[in-house]
Amino acid sequence: MAERERRSTPPFGGVFHARTQVLDADDVRRAVWRMAHEIIEHNHGLDEVVLIGLQTGGVMFAEALGEALEKIDGTRPPLGSLDVAFHRDDIGLRPVLPTAVTDIPVDLTGQVVVLVDDVLFTGRTIRAALDAVHTYGRPRAIQLAVMVDRGHRELPIRPDYIGKNLPTRRDEVVNATLESVELGEVVKER
Amino acid sequence: MSKSVVIRGGRVVDAYGERAADVLIDDGRIAAVSDRGDLTADLVLDAGGCVVAPGLVDLHTHLRQPGKEEAETIETGARAAALGGFTCVLAMPNTSPPIDSAGVAREVLELGRGTCCDVRTSAAITVGRQGTQLTPMAELAGLGVRFFTDDGSGVQDGRLMRRAMEYATGLGVTLAQHCEDDVLAAGGAMNEGAWSSRLGIPGQPAEAEEVMVMRDVALARLTGARVHFQHLSTRRSVDLVAAAKAEGLPATCEVTPHHFTLTDERCSTYDPVFKVNPPLRTDDDVAAVRAGLAGGTVDCIATDHAPHAPETKEAPFDQAPPGMLGLETALALALTQLGLPIDQALGLLSWRPSAILGVAEVHGGPIEPGRRANLCVVDPAARWTVDPAALASRSRNTPYAGMTLTGRVRHTLLAGEPVVIDAEAQR
Amino acid sequence: MKHLLGIEDLDGDDIEHLLTLTDSFVEVGKRRMPKVPALQGRTVTWLFYEDSTRTRLSFEQAAKRLSADTLSFSVSASSVKKGESLRDTVETIEAMGVDAIVVRHGSAGVPRQITQWVSGSVINAGDGWHEHPTQALLDCFTIREHLGGVGGLRIAIVGDVKHSRVARSDAWAFTKLGAQVTLVAPPTLLPPSLDGWPVRASHDLDAVLGDVDVVYLLRMQRERMTEALVPSLREYTACYGLTRRRVDRLGDKAIVMHPGPMNRGVEIAADVADLPRSVVVDQVRNGVAVRMAVLFDLLGSGRGLVTVADQPQGSTLT
Repeated sequence: MAERERRSTPPFGGVFHARTQVLDADDVRRAVWRMAHEIIEHNHGLDEVVLIGLQTGGVMFAEALGEALEKIDGTRPPLGSLDVAFHRDDIGLRPVLPTAVTDIPVDLTGQVVVLVDDVLFTGRTIRAALDAVHTYGRPRAIQLAVMVDRGHRELPIRPDYIGKNLPTRRDEVVNATLESVELGEVVKER
Repeated sequence: MSKSVVIRGGRVVDAYGERAADVLIDDGRIAAVSDRGDLTADLVLDAGGCVVAPGLVDLHTHLRQPGKEEAETIETGARAAALGGFTCVLAMPNTSPPIDSAGVAREVLELGRGTCCDVRTSAAITVGRQGTQLTPMAELAGLGVRFFTDDGSGVQDGRLMRRAMEYATGLGVTLAQHCEDDVLAAGGAMNEGAWSSRLGIPGQPAEAEEVMVMRDVALARLTGARVHFQHLSTRRSVDLVAAAKAEGLPATCEVTPHHFTLTDERCSTYDPVFKVNPPLRTDDDVAAVRAGLAGGTVDCIATDHAPHAPETKEAPFDQAPPGMLGLETALALALTQLGLPIDQALGLLSWRPSAILGVAEVHGGPIEPGRRANLCVVDPAARWTVDPAALASRSRNTPYAGMTLTGRVRHTLLAGEPVVIDAEAQR
Repeated sequence: MKHLLGIEDLDGDDIEHLLTLTDSFVEVGKRRMPKVPALQGRTVTWLFYEDSTRTRLSFEQAAKRLSADTLSFSVSASSVKKGESLRDTVETIEAMGVDAIVVRHGSAGVPRQITQWVSGSVINAGDGWHEHPTQALLDCFTIREHLGGVGGLRIAIVGDVKHSRVARSDAWAFTKLGAQVTLVAPPTLLPPSLDGWPVRASHDLDAVLGDVDVVYLLRMQRERMTEALVPSLREYTACYGLTRRRVDRLGDKAIVMHPGPMNRGVEIAADVADLPRSVVVDQVRNGVAVRMAVLFDLLGSGRGLVTVADQPQGSTLT
């Protein structure tokens, strides 16, 4: 679900209403498969690679990537999940609460951390994630994998692995799951 | 030569009844009371829709001077009294220095001259209110002091209280008691009960008041002294006085407006404005006190007007000084909260306390030609909101802040002179 | 929620929300660098009229791990001795621009009184006999950690309940979460009235012990003897102390708790305090995470903000 978008876009806490389907389940599966290959290629294998899914939308993609990597390479990198609530730059301006567990199972010092998220938009979540990751150690490198890059960056953040480039209007909302990628809007909960 | 005054268009209410009449005042006295509408004078005070009554008498006022002038002075207290319809107040002796000698008593009486009210003074029963040695009661009585009390606290020593009573009977004066056993009260800041337990505030039980009422009823029986019980607050206290009266003992008692309107639940905001001694009690106690007022066991209402400088009431609840203002709100509360006919309510504030104080000659008396003109004109329907900053008292500690009350004094006359006109003090 | 003045003001959901939030801060505490920037730029002030090193340090650790700035108002120093009133002290602090005041005072109600003079949040760190809400929250969290939850448990609170703000807050918290609470104390150490308290009372510790999941011991202060509340500490310990003999009668899973500091040998035997079922150390550890949750909830979570309509047209976080 476009949980983060739903929570931080007015009207806060509204409901996602889809208008167009951009990718179906097969398209998503192929994109994940391709990104997995890219990760292995870019890092010359999976040594010291750690996948960290950003709560809540990125976790399912991190798991899917982990499965794909195991099928391709035979090894499954350690998988963690990260909620960046406490590192956000809009604390005090928006309702902010951690939605889910943070679980980083290994010391990240010297590792290659691949952050995984569902949708890349302004880049602020990723900035917060970069901040958060450093409280777990000093990684050798941090890379970014996203299912959808919808543009409208507000910070100099760029993804390393992209499932789909999707130009959007600011007021549109993207919902990416393992079943589909949809474009729509948020409406007030009845 | 003072101006003559006619109070026109009102309804005269006194101990003898009610009648529509105008009242003419001249040379400090009531000159005529007539319903023919033909009285004229230098000054006309409109009393349309109002009740014209004898001025109110407060048996229990803290004027704070000497010693705590930042809270109130005799002048500001007298002004507050006049605005409340009082033409006579009895100052309490817990000043600094206390009123335990002729010198201080004289000073208070002197400061009271020329103010908006007839200021009388009580004196302490014991020197310094320390509870060990009797004050020179005869000398003080010679100055006109009729009431002796250590108010602020009670006389703890039973033997000393007995001696004081015996001595007092020889002088024909009244001993008044602030009933609070210090040891049982043990510094409790509110009524001990369900609310104090919930709020975590140390409480004092009703029994801390009642044991002293019990003791003094017994001592009054033993000595024949005239005892007046101040600010009673519990059901059993009222019952004890009722039993004493039934026995024929010369006991009287008073109750404050806050004790017939407020309960200990008010302390739940921790606002020290609700801290008072004796403390606000339970619903049942309030009901008993009201029944006592209606039925005659409770002789009168007294305000226990206790000003405290605002910063002292901004302390933590258990550290703040106890006490509430009362002079300017008593009448409205008596008229609206007791469910009594207006003459009975006025009686509780005027002619009954006047009789107990022994000033019936000049205050509270029937409105008839020849009597000293100590009067108040009350609009029983006037609605007004209590604004602490707008009160005449120097202090702000009224528990009725922000409330809209019904019943207000329009004019007050002291010895024939209008000291309050259209709810504004003239001095 | 703008202030945390007492557990009485909260409902079960509010408490559960804070406990869930605490889980996140327990995780933060386990990081290599246990610090998040969530309250950067916010200032929290300590206004402690009563000495309390452990509570103050716990709050301070919590604030620092949230990257908040802290200011300590030292009350033993001059201004209060010079007679500065509570209001003046608080308004001085307010004038310096603080986001929250954490206050501990010997008089009940002071935190509530303070709310009228400040624009920020007020957190009660203990007011007289009245409440100590963060203690109750960390107690609930600790019980949840060891026993899975608080609902349905039978909890005995033993000792000087009358003078204990911890007992009051715990009684509220445990019952709001669905536990059954029994206060155990001699009549002189129970409040004058238990009207409106959803608890039972007993004077017999031995009768209660067989059936409880949690024994919560309160500190027995030595001063209570001079007030004729108990004849002697020896008699108190004989009747209400958690001795080795008594603790052995507890169920296997039952835990023993204490708000600290313990009077070993009085309310708790020295060897009992060190048993595995005594979770006092966990209580202290959890105190930091709980206080982080409280500070974050009041100052960072934006729960008090108007959420719909008029938001600034800034970017959103995605």
